[in-house]
Amino acid sequence: MMYNKVVMDHFRNPRNVGTIENADGVGEVGNPLCGDMMTIYLRIRDERIEDIKFQTFGCGSAIAVSSMLTEIAKGKNLAEARKITNKDVAEALEGLPKNKLHCSNLGADALQMAIKDYEDRTAGVTRPEPKRKDEHEHSHGDKCYCPYCDVEIEDGVTFCDACQHDLQEEHG
Amino acid sequence: MKYINLDHISSNPLLPEVKQAMIAAIHHDYHNPSSQHQAGEEAAAVLEKAREQVAGLINANSPKEIVFTSGGTESDNHAVKGVAMANADKGKHIVTTNIEHNAVIRSLRRLKSDGFTVTSLSVDDKGRVNPQDVAEAITKDTILISVMHSNNETGTIQPVEEIARIAREKKIIFHIDAVDSVGIVPFDVKAIGADLVSFASNTFYGPTGVGGLYVRRGVKIFPILDGGVQENNKRAGTENLLGIVGMGQAAEIAKRDIHTRYAYLKGLKDKFLRELPDVLDEILINTHPEHSLPHLVSASIKYVEGESVMLMLDDEGIGVSTRSACATGSLRASHVLLSIGLSHEDAQGTLVIAFGIDNTAEDVSRFLKSLKTVVTTLRDISPLYKKAAGKG
Repeated sequence: MMYNKVVMDHFRNPRNVGTIENADGVGEVGNPLCGDMMTIYLRIRDERIEDIKFQTFGCGSAIAVSSMLTEIAKGKNLAEARKITNKDVAEALEGLPKNKLHCSNLGADALQMAIKDYEDRTAGVTRPEPKRKDEHEHSHGDKCYCPYCDVEIEDGVTFCDACQHDLQEEHG
Repeated sequence: MKYINLDHISSNPLLPEVKQAMIAAIHHDYHNPSSQHQAGEEAAAVLEKAREQVAGLINANSPKEIVFTSGGTESDNHAVKGVAMANADKGKHIVTTNIEHNAVIRSLRRLKSDGFTVTSLSVDDKGRVNPQDVAEAITKDTILISVMHSNNETGTIQPVEEIARIAREKKIIFHIDAVDSVGIVPFDVKAIGADLVSFASNTFYGPTGVGGLYVRRGVKIFPILDGGVQENNKRAGTENLLGIVGMGQAAEIAKRDIHTRYAYLKGLKDKFLRELPDVLDEILINTHPEHSLPHLVSASIKYVEGESVMLMLDDEGIGVSTRSACATGSLRASHVLLSIGLSHEDAQGTLVIAFGIDNTAEDVSRFLKSLKTVVTTLRDISPLYKKAAGKG
């Protein structure tokens, strides 16, 4: 099994699944090309996340990440919630396969977009369509990992020394 | 609860007779078949018996036309690279399709860097190539056509007889990657008119790590492993005699049982396809309704991702294979599924279901029930399902 017990628990019994009618903030991230799409819904009361729900199309880790994120964020005030990162979610899950960090660990990005959406709405910024972040960034800091074998690689290399995979077309 | 294996495209359990034959061979302690003394000759006799059994399964003219290999991947590599190297003086152009196994695709990629050119043909929405396209792709420089018999992701079977006719008329060598077909569907190299055929033992309930390449007498091919003169000078290295004994036994049983095996597997598949619409909607079947393997179904389940489905089915005690980008390790959608025109989203939700002779009709019923539960759960989580249903 590629996932640990915490990840499998959140995958098997995801918390806070669903939508919120007339949500105060909505954030969408992901891209089917990569495999995962997440939507986060927020109910904000007195600058605090009173309720949070998610919907996710994706692999086991994407669902577990969404579930864990909602558990971390629920009840937090917005100042605290703004500090939640994808790394925090992965740590709370006691680790994810490194190649999954690349694609599936987008929960905090979706949360931050939902908070931004709430702030825009409060400030009276109108938008024709819900914002969608189609291109996600590498969400694991400075380090890069081979998507095939998890070994750390230097940024900009054209092939993975450990597994000999061509990375040019993947990494660009 | 019994674990149901519906992933018979990845491998198969050994037949009891195969186990017995291999255990007997272990206890016998065979020597090296190339040795010239009595013990060597005894081993050589066992090797040649297996060669006859395998030749019988595909109706080769002579057992000498069978080269034992380490499996389908080596057979494909040998066919493609061995023919290219041996015939480069005649031309350096090769015709293939977009949906071949990586063993062929990457062998061809290697040849391209050695100055060969490759025409790779597209397929229709069920994964079939048009033989006319093959004919039109041929140039005076073409030395090889390599087209798979059945595809391991869609199960669709190619019109190889027509392609063989075209190849014969133009005097071009025709290689068929039949790794997922031989031992499952009746396969006659002479009736088809193939020059080279790759196959693997574990497809027909023999051991993994052993396979074969049929090389029609008169086809010029270089070995890709250089060394001794084993396998009629086509494949150096001491033979994997235990594996080959198992493969020979499996081939004999496959030949004997091929029609009942085919009918049994097709019965399971037909039951699944017949009852699937009663439990779930919005599923694309990528497998050709007529020209396909009897045991394989490729199903794209809309609005869900394959790895999630696979993991949840595993919890229910059912093993399937998925072609989603996340699960394959390549982090990109399968080239086969994109070639048949699937969107990235639909490719993500694709399962490969392959029934085996150890499955029963009850297994199919339990699978349908579990599939309904799992897909309903995941669709409830999916934002795509919400949008498609117009609830958003």
